[in-house]
Parts: sequence; C-alpha cells; structure tokens
Amino acid sequence: MVQIEQDILSKNDAYAAENRGYLKALGILALNFVSSPGSGKTTLLARTITDLKGDVPITVIEGDQQTANDAERIRATGAKAVQVNTGKGCHLDGHMVGRALESLAPEKNSLLFIENVGNLVCPAGFDLGEKLKVVILSVTEGEDKPLKYPDMFHAAGLMLLNKIDLLPYLNFDVDLCIENARRVNPDIRVLQVSATSGEGLDDWYAWIKSEATQTQSKEA
Amino acid sequence: MHELSICEGILQVIEDQAAEQKFTSVEKVRLEIGALAGVELEALKFGFDVVTKNSLAENAVLEIITVDGTAWCMPCQKPVPISQRYDACPECGGFQLQVTSGDELRIKDLEVN
Repeated sequence: MVQIEQDILSKNDAYAAENRGYLKALGILALNFVSSPGSGKTTLLARTITDLKGDVPITVIEGDQQTANDAERIRATGAKAVQVNTGKGCHLDGHMVGRALESLAPEKNSLLFIENVGNLVCPAGFDLGEKLKVVILSVTEGEDKPLKYPDMFHAAGLMLLNKIDLLPYLNFDVDLCIENARRVNPDIRVLQVSATSGEGLDDWYAWIKSEATQTQSKEA
Repeated sequence: MHELSICEGILQVIEDQAAEQKFTSVEKVRLEIGALAGVELEALKFGFDVVTKNSLAENAVLEIITVDGTAWCMPCQKPVPISQRYDACPECGGFQLQVTSGDELRIKDLEVN
C-alpha cells in the first residue's frame, strides 16, 4: 500500500503555479475568459483590445478545439496572439498556457487575456495561472445558466453580462440572472456590457485598470 | 467530458510515484471524489480503463470514496450539508454559503507490486 494523498490535477496545478510565478514577476494581469460558445467572447475581447491598446500592451492566448479564426480576429486588432488548438480536448490546461507564454513573451506590466474553449463545464477545474476567471454570459442565453453550470460561476471572480443592447427584444430577467449567479457565488462581481453598442464598457475598462494597477510590478 | 483528462492526471501521478517509489504494477487505486467536484463517476471509470491500457495500472481496480458536500453558512454560523453548489442552506434557506468540503479530487492510496 502506497499512501499518495495527492490532488489528481496536481500536475496541472504545478504548471499553473509556474505560470503564475512568471506572470507575477513581470507584473502581468492575466484573465481567463470562460463562457459558452457564442456568448460574444471574441467580439468583446477584440473591442476591449482596440479601446485599451493605446494605454497598455495586450497579448492574447486563444483556445479552441480547431481553427485559427479567433487568433486572426484578435491579430486584426494589432495585438499579439497565439492560437492553441486543443484538438479533442475541451479546455486549456496549465502546460498549454506555459508553452504559449514562451512564444508570446509578453512584456512587463502588460495584460494577458486567455480566451478559453467555449464550454461552461470543463475549464472550471483547470487552473491556468490566471489572476482570475471572467465568465461571460450573454442575455440571449437563459438566466438560469449559473444554476445549470454552477462550477463555472463559482470559480469566476467577475461575470460580464454581455449583449445588453438586445434586452428590449428579449424576455431576459437581469435581476434574476444576477441573483442566480450570487446563489452559487455570493462574492461574484457583475458588470453589464454590450460589445456592440459600447454600453457598460467604461465600467469594464475601469475594473481592468484597477486590477492591473494592483498586479503591476513596483520595480522600475 | 473532462473525465478523460482527469484520468490522464491520475496516470501521471501514478507514473511519477512508480519512478520515485520503485513499483512496477498497480493493483488498486483509491480516489476521493467530492459530490461537488463536477465529476461523473461512470465516465471516470470508463476513462480510467481507457487511459490505463498498456500502462503499469492496466487492470487495476478503481475504488472511489465519495465525499459529501458541506458548506459553512454565514447567517447560521455553522456547517451544513449541501448536495449542489446552488443549494440553499437547509436551516435558514439563505445562500451565504462557503463550500468547505465536497470538491475533493484526490488520489488517496495505491496497492502496488
């Protein structure tokens, strides 16, 4: 009998810890974006990069099962991006992100956006070394998504409620959705945004800047 | 769907331990899996058989110890049982809960040769 008492994902956690150490030393704010497919993640990221790139350098890791379409959309904004294809895998893991970081070589005090595979289940369990997970939920989905996929909303520090410009055409109860999210995660922050109309984006940018300031390396 | 990567994680830990502790085959693997860990046990068992084919853990028996979900209820100031993350406190009906156990995903021990 061999006593192990080890977390099954300890290997992943070790890679994630390595990434976190690397990012911390360089004062880089890393955000892991998770959502279902079609929530508007890539559009929101492209808009965010376009609006913020004058203030701070941004690099992006794009995770998808197949195609380099998203990395191309991000590169069109002028940001440096690498595409990681997970093949049959349903999530990014710490090792994939570590290798992507090597090729990206992000600069000091920059922002790193990691766009995870569109999936509200598996990416919840895999730490990548990010400061926190940002879950994007669009109002064209149900307000009960946080209850259907509780692990993801529990793991996230911020929920972006996207596509709010469409609210007049939908029967979507914003308050109920936020209440559902708080049921699985009493501490979750919520911002309402539209990547298309630009509503709420100032709050989102202010949030990023405040997180980035806390993360930045104090050394010159 | 990520049960397969979890099984790959299990095999990696076993292989690392085998190199360290000098064993060559595994008879039994005991896991502790929490009720809130988001793991489908049937899928995990299936994935384990697939992943351990032609490895030192081929034909190993997989034993799973499930751990019940427990949360600390802030208003009640005590631990309460929960079976889902979105459960209300069974005593006060509130949602100010901090999960304290039930998200375990651990290898407890191995029987080896």
